[in-house]
Amino acid sequence: MAGLGTEVAGIKLRNPTMLASGFLDETGGSMLRVYKAGAGAVVTKSVGPEPRAGNLNPTVVELEVGLLNAVGLPNPGIVDYEHEVTHALDGGAAVIGSVYGKDADEFAAVAKRMASYGVLAVELNLSCPHAKGLGTEVAQVPEAVEEVTRAVKRAVRVPVIPKLSPNVADIASFAEAAVRGGADAITAINTVKAMAIAPDLKMAVLKNTYGGLSGPAIKPVGLRSVWEIFERVKVPILGVGGIANGRDAIEYLMAGASAVQVGTAILDRGTEVFAHICREMSDWMDANGYATVRELVGVAHGK
Amino acid sequence: MGSRLTQVVPLEDVVVECPHTRTYRFRADMEPKPGQFLMLWIPRHDEVPMAYSYLGEPMGITVREYGDATRALAAEAQHGYRVGVRGPYGNAFAIEGSRALAVAGGVGIASVIAGIEAFAAKGIPIETAFGARTKEELTFADRVKACGPLHVATDDGSAGHHGFVSDVAAKLLDDGRFDMVITCGPEVMMKKVVDLANAKGVRVQASLERYMKCGIGICDACAFDDLLVCVDGPIFWGERLARSEDFGRWRRDISGRRVKA
Repeated sequence: MAGLGTEVAGIKLRNPTMLASGFLDETGGSMLRVYKAGAGAVVTKSVGPEPRAGNLNPTVVELEVGLLNAVGLPNPGIVDYEHEVTHALDGGAAVIGSVYGKDADEFAAVAKRMASYGVLAVELNLSCPHAKGLGTEVAQVPEAVEEVTRAVKRAVRVPVIPKLSPNVADIASFAEAAVRGGADAITAINTVKAMAIAPDLKMAVLKNTYGGLSGPAIKPVGLRSVWEIFERVKVPILGVGGIANGRDAIEYLMAGASAVQVGTAILDRGTEVFAHICREMSDWMDANGYATVRELVGVAHGK
Repeated sequence: MGSRLTQVVPLEDVVVECPHTRTYRFRADMEPKPGQFLMLWIPRHDEVPMAYSYLGEPMGITVREYGDATRALAAEAQHGYRVGVRGPYGNAFAIEGSRALAVAGGVGIASVIAGIEAFAAKGIPIETAFGARTKEELTFADRVKACGPLHVATDDGSAGHHGFVSDVAAKLLDDGRFDMVITCGPEVMMKKVVDLANAKGVRVQASLERYMKCGIGICDACAFDDLLVCVDGPIFWGERLARSEDFGRWRRDISGRRVKA
């Protein structure tokens, strides 16, 4: 049987599926539940220096093609969040801490604190499309991505993983900037900026007007982004966007991802989605003669 | 996905139940079960979880004004006013047992009334202990009485027992005639009721309320222990609540911080 255990940027994973940031990860209890349900690791909610309420509802809209959200980075703040991370770590979960800040110094300070809780790595939310003034500007300027990554690298010893926005003309140039800043891996992609309108009310559904689209609709965008990044940088890529089954995960590996993240698919398949994806990947690998995840990474390139 | 998209529907009826509580009736393509909830979008204001107080047709919700959005709804909503609804969400009351007791506090009656009617419809005798601040706030007393005996408690003594409804429930549970309890109301009241029922070995289902954003089990805003009120609840069994860290003690604020309930 194919082995799903793998290693990404020095992080050992029992399997290549991770809980994507923003889903069931505001509390330690939920993160532990997802880990126990089969995820190889869980990425926390993006946490900042202070408690943050996020946007007013409606913040989540179910669509035929995916999910639209504008929760707006609600989080208890990095100080209180210690309780949540500790709860998940004490229960045995592999945890990657996602952080945000308004500038490089703030990113570094929050990341340093997050790392002190014992997380395996920090992911940098450089690209939330629905929180004004936090990350959106950084995500649009390669030099800012480089500066933030460098500041965090200086502040922590664990691997640093910037998460990139697809809402740019050339995502690979941002990956190159992150690598110049010292990124150990890249997560791609964050949600795609989008909106929904209620025609009967002649208004936008989200209170915030704009939100981030996730789910099946963005899988082709995620695949293309991972592909482009793989062609331009050497660090491992965590692929995310519309992955709901083993086949989706295999496609991301073939595009160049070393591991994948899953969020919206929890809606349809529950927290068991991670175990399902692993079994489906393993079955496919067995049927197609692959023994390890690494053999699949980037195989679609150059053909 | 696709089956639970937001539906924009006109209100067919608005009934003032008491000075700060109104029932809104509407028709939508959904088939709720007793105890389930929907997400109510009050355009330009907010989206909030609401229990179905009428399962249909037309279905309804009964809303107490407790914040800006519900006050705005009360001020603006008339016949024809359009709201967004999505659901039904969450689990439902198990309509089981041979004799049931419902314990409701205040507008908590909105979450249990459909359950009370479901017990009666199934031929399971049901009695209700209902507490409110004053007799004017005993919403749906007639619907309750149509299903079985009603035992009232009021804070001001204007009707029934002058004091806590949990004391009324304690007396009713004394003689051992009930083997099922359902409850909804302030969490401190429910905690008393659940502890009482657990102590007597009577099965009990409590309908909990938490701040919600998504309502569909992804955002973690309504985390309760390691569960989610929106998809694992809103109804929890007494045996689970007995070993809960959060029940009656902790809730999450809008930023996800754990705060005293």
